[in-house]
Amino acid sequence: MYDESSLIPISGLQHVLFCPRQCALIHVEQQWEENRFTAEGRVLHERVDSGDSSDKGKIKITYSLQIHSLSLGLSGIADVVEFHPSSEDKNSFIPFPVEYKRGKPKKDLTDKVQLCAQAMCLEEMLCVSVPAGALFYGQPRRREDVVFDEYLRNETRKAAESFHRLVDSGITPQPVYEKKKCDSCSFLEKCMPLVIGKKRSALKWLEKAVFEGGENFEEAS
Amino acid sequence: MKKHLNTMFVTTQGTYLHKEGETVQIKVENEIKGYIPVHTIGGIVCFGRVSMSPPLMGFCAENDVAVTFLSEYGRFLASVRGPVSGNVLLRRTQYRMADSKTDSASLARFFIMGKISNCRRVLDRVLRDHGEKIASEELSSASVRLKSSLDSLRQTSDLDSLRGIEGESAKNYFSVFDHLILSRKDEFKFNGRSRRPPLDKVNCLISFIYTLLLHDVRSALETVGLDPAVGFLHRDRPGRPGLALDMMEEFRPYFADRLALSLINLSQIKPSGFKTTESGAVLMDDETRKALLVAYQKRKQEEIYHPFIDEKITLGLVFHIQAMLLARFMRGDIDAYPPFIWK
Repeated sequence: MYDESSLIPISGLQHVLFCPRQCALIHVEQQWEENRFTAEGRVLHERVDSGDSSDKGKIKITYSLQIHSLSLGLSGIADVVEFHPSSEDKNSFIPFPVEYKRGKPKKDLTDKVQLCAQAMCLEEMLCVSVPAGALFYGQPRRREDVVFDEYLRNETRKAAESFHRLVDSGITPQPVYEKKKCDSCSFLEKCMPLVIGKKRSALKWLEKAVFEGGENFEEAS
Repeated sequence: MKKHLNTMFVTTQGTYLHKEGETVQIKVENEIKGYIPVHTIGGIVCFGRVSMSPPLMGFCAENDVAVTFLSEYGRFLASVRGPVSGNVLLRRTQYRMADSKTDSASLARFFIMGKISNCRRVLDRVLRDHGEKIASEELSSASVRLKSSLDSLRQTSDLDSLRGIEGESAKNYFSVFDHLILSRKDEFKFNGRSRRPPLDKVNCLISFIYTLLLHDVRSALETVGLDPAVGFLHRDRPGRPGLALDMMEEFRPYFADRLALSLINLSQIKPSGFKTTESGAVLMDDETRKALLVAYQKRKQEEIYHPFIDEKITLGLVFHIQAMLLARFMRGDIDAYPPFIWK
């Protein structure tokens, strides 16, 4: 169990799953680079960030709900949580988290893990079980149901653990350049995967630049 | 890539800046002169009697816009700082390194290496381009002496000796600096480096450009989360931005000195734009200062090749890149701080 002061953001799960260095740049070094994609995501979220609730038929909908889980050590905000009436008991509701995502459904588990973490937070806070939720993708505008099975829950626990280990270490891992991943990453310019890393010695570069005239560079005209 | 943003220089006396939505509203004598969107500027430098509303200061701090107040003649007065960003681990590393003699010396050596190397290239470039019409012997012997300073840097790991080498090479470089002035030599005479106050027009120009450079370097360091006050080559002194001065060294010859020289050599400023006061201190008039600010800004927009990151970038971005590289070195990502080396 974690205490409240050591909770870290749920949104970090997707970062640690995507790339540990990107995760450290954001959550250890606290650098944040906004680009078109993150800006679009933000705008999409603002639409649902109204913070109040409404009734849509029998489903009660809550927006921007603050949640946490002391067992996962996470806290954050659930964009939308629908409360579906229970089929067994008319007076009780089952929470159903819905997370809004820019872009297309991903092949990997990142979005599902983030949603599952929200569900596990809701379970812990409301003492109910949350069997399913949904991801809403902006492109195409489509809703995908997600079942929180034991496998997904395990992956979520593992991701939360590795996220905590990374933040506690305070160390940013060395970059590993993977063209497809890195070129679409908003941290490319800050991360400098091609410039930094064990493979390249800045010391040797400097020696060469200063003492050998460095024939490998010229001034752009 | 972080965009290269412009710095807004406010020189009109009596100007009042305040926040209007997402823009800076410029007012002079209660008359609105214009609006500038905050996201298009990287810094605001106010000269003399220019004031700014506290909400605008806060807004600038939030948006990484560096605000500096200078006296009418470019003396640093104050800067606006927002909440310290969350780079506590990096700052602690910086402080630990500054407390360690070995770490300080190794960083100081990188900065000095960049500086001397660039000094030498400034001399070599003039020798190459104008060798036939100048005192080339003196210049080439100065260049040789700078080379031997670079060599002795390799064998030195003691901070005071490093500072000694730095001082020696600066003396060396400035002893031939007057030869780099190629036109109107009788009107623009360089009589050795003088700072407080500058005693000739060339020194007046150089000092002013150094102040602008310091502003840019300082804000670049702050943006990456480093503390500009805690230096390695420059010892801590209250009110002195030690690290900003450290990192400025590599840019002085390449960026600042060459800018001053081209303003003189290309006749972009007039000798009559300066006045000498009773004490011998030399000051610039408004028109010269404006011409200088425009030239400074234009120079920052020039595209150059950055040899270490192997990319073409604007010169104005170099300060930011170097600050990032410095932070990455402190975090242990690279085995050295590679200063910006001009070739």
